[in-house]
Amino acid sequence: MRLRCKVNGEALEADDVWPGESLLYVLRERLGLPGSKNACEQGECGSCTVYLDGVPVCSCLVAAGQVEGHEVTTVEGLADGDRLDPVQQAFVEKGAVQCGFCTPGLIVATHDLLERRCQPSDPEIREALAGNLCRCTGYEKILDAVRLAADRKAAS
Amino acid sequence: MEFFKPATWSEALAIKAEHPDATPIAGGTDIMVELNFDVRRPGALLDLTEIAELREWSAVGDGFRVGSGVSYARIIEELGASLPGLAMAARTVGSPQIRNRGTVGGNLGAASPAGDSHPPLLAAAAEIEVASVRGTRRIPAAEFYKGVKRNAMEPDELIAAFHIAAADGPQQFAKIGTRNAMVIAVCSFGLALHPSTRTVGTGVGSAAPTPRRALDAETFIAAELEWDSPGPLRDSVLVRFGELVAQAASPIDDVRGTADYRRHALSVMARRTLGWAWDSYRRN
Ligand SMILES: Cc1cc2nc3c(=O)[nH]c(=O)nc-3n(C[C@H](O)[C@H](O)[C@H](O)COP(=O)(O)OP(=O)(O)OC[C@H]3O[C@@H](n4cnc5c(N)ncnc54)[C@H](O)[C@@H]3O)c2cc1C
Ligand code: FES
Ligand code: FES
Repeated sequence: MRLRCKVNGEALEADDVWPGESLLYVLRERLGLPGSKNACEQGECGSCTVYLDGVPVCSCLVAAGQVEGHEVTTVEGLADGDRLDPVQQAFVEKGAVQCGFCTPGLIVATHDLLERRCQPSDPEIREALAGNLCRCTGYEKILDAVRLAADRKAAS
Repeated sequence: MEFFKPATWSEALAIKAEHPDATPIAGGTDIMVELNFDVRRPGALLDLTEIAELREWSAVGDGFRVGSGVSYARIIEELGASLPGLAMAARTVGSPQIRNRGTVGGNLGAASPAGDSHPPLLAAAAEIEVASVRGTRRIPAAEFYKGVKRNAMEPDELIAAFHIAAADGPQQFAKIGTRNAMVIAVCSFGLALHPSTRTVGTGVGSAAPTPRRALDAETFIAAELEWDSPGPLRDSVLVRFGELVAQAASPIDDVRGTADYRRHALSVMARRTLGWAWDSYRRN
């Protein structure tokens, strides 16, 4: 099928899409957006988290055919040109990135959390990020980054 | 593979009548795992996410008609106060991403004995509304589950909604897993006190080929509870209730737990949830 959808604000088309392939596959292999990562393809790791119509979902669990006519925002769509999103900036500054595989999903999940709650408590942060696995950092630096991004957002 | 994307419910029913083999897809959180891992290659997918009415719920009589496509996240957010048992179960499903996308309709379609919405639906005596071009029928939850991953639907039918009464008393849900997030239940238990009818509803999950009620336990406890002058529950009553719930199960040994462990855990969950629910009834 020919798939038409809006990705990061831009109307895009992809040809020869198998409607049962995942949105993650479409993003990475057909649209050249490798930010979202594929680490499990079964909804367990959250590395593929994107916004679909403004709601964070695992893109590996959305069928390409379901995205026709819908809007997707990936981690690539969060920065404003060369200016990183405050969440991305906080992850860099706090050293919340090691191998980086989990990072795009965590950035999107954190971005969503801070859209909904500007000063989340630690349990709220843990709950919001429960669907994102990191095998490197031990999460402490990630929590630091989320708190920093939240503080800056609240101050701005 | 064909991909059908009906915009309306009547269109969806017509497609399902003509292509009974078409596999419905809602949130995709069960189906896509199977597709990604080549466990399944359906000839056709029938996408239900464009149908606005499946994402709607409405208050009807003393309860609600909830569209099959309402996500867990929205059930928690929008219906949590009226359907506390179902909302408690929904909070334990997967992760935020899974709850944003996954639906009760999909849980019912998959009919896994471990599905978390089943115990609260059973405890609240919910009914499942299924439809085809031939018409609409309502199936009580207790008759909906037919076997491991089998339900009472005909090949041309789709799940439209479920009907559930607003809680008329305290409700509880408990689930055993190896950690807090993202676990399939080793076993689970749902409980609803119904002071208006002086009955108690139960639902046992992941401890038999299908989710099921613990009928003997329900009868026993309804007779024991002193609804008009609620005092503390005697230990012997709590223990007996737990035993009867455990006896209603027919668990197996599998990778997640042994049958013995499941029986034991069920009796503990039954005892505790009853204690919590009764305490909250007494306080009000
Ligand atoms: C990482 C992860 C964690 C999970 N954790 C849990 C958990 O903790 N508890 C739990 O219960 N489940 C869990 N699940 C399973 C899944 O999320 C649930 O079963 C969910 O309710 C499925 O809903 P869905 O809309 O995504 O279903 P889909 O995948 O779209 O469909 C599931 C099945 O239902 C059928 N179906 C869907 N809608 C209809 C309809 N309207 N009419 C007829 N048939 C229909 C489909 O054909 C398919 O057979 C988890 C899944 C993942 C990937
Ligand atoms: S790749 Fe989608 S959740 Fe792991
Ligand atoms: S930084 Fe490597 S998985 Fe998180």
